[in-house]
Amino acid sequence: MSNSNFKEFTKGIIKQNPVLVSLLGMCPTLAVTGQAINGLGMGIATTFVLFCSNIIISLLKNVIPKEVKLPCYIVIIAGFVTIAEFLLHGFMPSLYESLGTFLSLITVNCIILGRAEMFASKNKVLPSMLDALGMGTGFTLALFLMGSVREIFGSGQWLGMDIAVFENIKPMTVFVMPAGGFFVLGCIIAFLNKIAGKRPPQKTGCAGCPNSSKCLRDSEEEVLKK
Amino acid sequence: MFKVTASPHITDNMTTQKIMLCVIISLLPALIGGFITLGLRVLTVTLICVVFSVLFEYLMRIIMKRQNTISDLSAVVTGMLLAMNLPVTIPIWQAITGCFVAIVIAKQLFGGLGQNFVNPAILGRIVLMLSFTADMTTWIKVKHSGYVDALTGATPLVSKDASYIDLFLGNTGGCIGEVCALGIIIGGFFLIFMKIISPVTPFAFIGAVAVLEFIAGNDPLYHTLAGGLLLGAFFMATDYVTTPITSKGKLIFGVGCGIITFVIREFGGYPEGVSFAILFMNIVTPYIDNFTAVKPLGAVYIKDEKEDN
Repeated sequence: MSNSNFKEFTKGIIKQNPVLVSLLGMCPTLAVTGQAINGLGMGIATTFVLFCSNIIISLLKNVIPKEVKLPCYIVIIAGFVTIAEFLLHGFMPSLYESLGTFLSLITVNCIILGRAEMFASKNKVLPSMLDALGMGTGFTLALFLMGSVREIFGSGQWLGMDIAVFENIKPMTVFVMPAGGFFVLGCIIAFLNKIAGKRPPQKTGCAGCPNSSKCLRDSEEEVLKK
Repeated sequence: MFKVTASPHITDNMTTQKIMLCVIISLLPALIGGFITLGLRVLTVTLICVVFSVLFEYLMRIIMKRQNTISDLSAVVTGMLLAMNLPVTIPIWQAITGCFVAIVIAKQLFGGLGQNFVNPAILGRIVLMLSFTADMTTWIKVKHSGYVDALTGATPLVSKDASYIDLFLGNTGGCIGEVCALGIIIGGFFLIFMKIISPVTPFAFIGAVAVLEFIAGNDPLYHTLAGGLLLGAFFMATDYVTTPITSKGKLIFGVGCGIITFVIREFGGYPEGVSFAILFMNIVTPYIDNFTAVKPLGAVYIKDEKEDN
């Protein structure tokens, strides 16, 4: 495997992690990670769809007309989602039940459509495969990590196993709730930024503040500019 | 010597520390009321909450390499308010978890006092409420003759069996700070007379709940005295940092809190909705401020002119 191809694989895991850096695919990330096993299942199902659709789209990139490329991508992705859905329904019915409608919603997952548009439609088959595997691994790891944290703190279990510490201390149900999902995601992103050595912008300015349009300081600054 | 500066020229020696001291004093009557009704453990829970709030604040300021702010007493107020929002039977480690959520997550992670977008004590209470619902809704059943029974009972909001005088003096079950309506009212009026808080928010809040309950066919006085409405209206909905600045904004804030409280009490899954109502209105506060911004005398907005042209 050449060096550049290897980079296509590794970039999705941490450097361009679809969930923790690009903040794509928030819907499944927050919705199904109440338990670690659900996060893992969702991640693997998405990786499967991403892998297959990236191969097909990369093969068909010269055939698909530019004008109707999005519908074509969706049809291809939806086909593989249907396969994944039937496979899970047949072989892992409990996981199928717990993922519910979010399994079908893989079709409109930003990560898959994003990789199809940004990468597979512009690159050859091998890099597209590696890109899909890397992105899928990054997505799965992020979901598994979130699911683990939320399950351990929220229900005192990990992958369905009881944890000894939580026999005396009650787990905090809030972690399994949507609010806990946002909180855990924020903490993981903050932790990752800390490891990566990213610094927050020194001057954030007034642009992000909802009061900026009426804020006196803001209008004074504008007066000074005039 | 004299300093020449641009306006506004504020000549007031009121400091954050003095304001917080006034709030602490105003919280004492309700706390004493709770102590008389619920017993010695009130003091233990309050002390634990205050000590750990200050400790978390101190440690967070060191970790974040900021100037230490425990002397402004805001952490003490947060700890007291959190303790007053807990049932007296709460396990100590849960109370400490609540302090952690209030001080570290709600306050210091956003930059400390003045930067927090929600009331820290409210967030601490709600996280505990959602996490340990059973422990947070277990109240000591108080016999109306005055002594405390070991049995647990429902909040008077659900049981609807307490008399007005019991609710007023605090011979009911409930969180530490919410049982004694008299103590809360004394503390609240002290704050209003000291001009620490504006009377607009609490009266709009209580008034909205009373009017809506009256329209819905319930007893407005009972719904005012029972539950955490008075505590929330006087001490939580008047927090400087997380509520609107203008009087009109305060009115909208209070009425909004009242409507949400009424909806949760009558139609929601939880018996009490004051804390959820205040949390929700905390989040929309910047928009209320924006909506009710007062145009200074003679000011011209550049942006409006551009739109006209």
